[in-house]
Amino acid sequence: MNFEVIVENLPKLLDGALLTVELVVFSSLAGLALAFPLALARCSPRPWLRAGPWAYIFFFRGTPLLVQLFLVYYGLSQFEAVRASIFWPILRDAWWCALITMALHTAAYIAEILRGAIQAVPRGEIEAAHSLGMGVWQAQRRIVLPRAVRIALPAYSNEVILMLKGSALASTITLLELTGTARTVIARTYMPIEIFLAAGVLYLLISFALVQVFRLLERRLGTYAC
Amino acid sequence: MRLTKILPALALALGLASGASAADKLKIGTEGAYPPFNMIDEKGKVGGFDVDIAMALCAEMKVTCDIVTQDWDGIIPALVQKKFDAIVASMSITDERKKAVAFTDHYYTNKLQFIAPKASSFSPALDALKGKVLGAQRATISGTWLEDKVGKTATVKLYDTQENAYLDLAAGRLDGVLGDKFVNYEWLKSDAGKAFEFKGEPVFDDDKIGIAVRKKDDKLRQRLNDALAAIRANGTYEKINAKYFPFSIY
Repeated sequence: MNFEVIVENLPKLLDGALLTVELVVFSSLAGLALAFPLALARCSPRPWLRAGPWAYIFFFRGTPLLVQLFLVYYGLSQFEAVRASIFWPILRDAWWCALITMALHTAAYIAEILRGAIQAVPRGEIEAAHSLGMGVWQAQRRIVLPRAVRIALPAYSNEVILMLKGSALASTITLLELTGTARTVIARTYMPIEIFLAAGVLYLLISFALVQVFRLLERRLGTYAC
Repeated sequence: MRLTKILPALALALGLASGASAADKLKIGTEGAYPPFNMIDEKGKVGGFDVDIAMALCAEMKVTCDIVTQDWDGIIPALVQKKFDAIVASMSITDERKKAVAFTDHYYTNKLQFIAPKASSFSPALDALKGKVLGAQRATISGTWLEDKVGKTATVKLYDTQENAYLDLAAGRLDGVLGDKFVNYEWLKSDAGKAFEFKGEPVFDDDKIGIAVRKKDDKLRQRLNDALAAIRANGTYEKINAKYFPFSIY
């Protein structure tokens, strides 16, 4: 074990860790925002409204994140039309490509988590809301969604931690997040065990911090964590 | 009575002896994403200059060889951990790598040269590279060159495979790619490479390519060196060279 090499490269690895946190936090928030309308539409009694989210979720859950990253980063850029479009300044950037893909990917999973949570809200509570004179939307907003969010929170925290590990794939599209940095350092030092060990510890620390954030959130929202 | 006891023992001894020669099998590691040196065809077969050389060396040493593929940035750790016995994958002999593995004599000489769009006024002078977005494969001497020479003044993007660097050059995300001259040469000949050309002189022209073995395997290194000298002398090397390039790359 050569600890010197870890100390020497720690600043680089920390820079990488920062980018990892950035990708995970932004994509998880964007994914959550996207997941609400998806989940609501997915629970709709109207088949034509259910079809779109169903297909979306089927695609993004059914294909690997790596393939999605490659399609967005290397795939789209092969088309002249894309390169000439107004979206190119964003799609040209690896950071945006990673963020967009990760958000679209995680949104599919979060939507399913939310759908399950919405359907898990006891019928009696919804009936009680209606009997108090609340309309469909009012009952959704005041009763169903707040209850669903509480039910979904533990599963959502799980998904965020999965995205933390999924973010390592961003290194394949040239981003120097934690894994990418580790691999670049190893390319110079040939000390994979030391550097991956350090990267692993940093991942653990990040996921520990995420777990703490969700514990606080669960306490505040009154879902009693064990 | 005695004979019947001896016979199985003899057979066992013979079996062991033949087992020993059957164990004289080499596993050769290569990358498989570096045309024309090593690549995987549509049928999943590994081929290319490196693979042909490896096979010629194995034939010369009279051993059977298995070719296995391994991602480039994990190829040295995999050798050290005995996933295979030698790397024949267009690997440059560098001091950094010599700390981890031992090298045979070189089997070809590489040059590093930039390629960029024909329409651009790209120049490989260090001053002209300032502010440019430059690509290379990760864990290669091109990557090291970019990091060391322009890492602070230009944006350096490192790719898992050379092919991905070309994709990004074609997509317009990169101003130029630094890579092995002969690999670039092959790509420029392809459809995707039509709009691109070599820019300036090679930035490094004495990049010796060797076969890497574990440091403790000095016997294997010697045998590979002898075999290399033999195929150089008997014309096998030239034949393989001519199959890929109209000029000598030794």
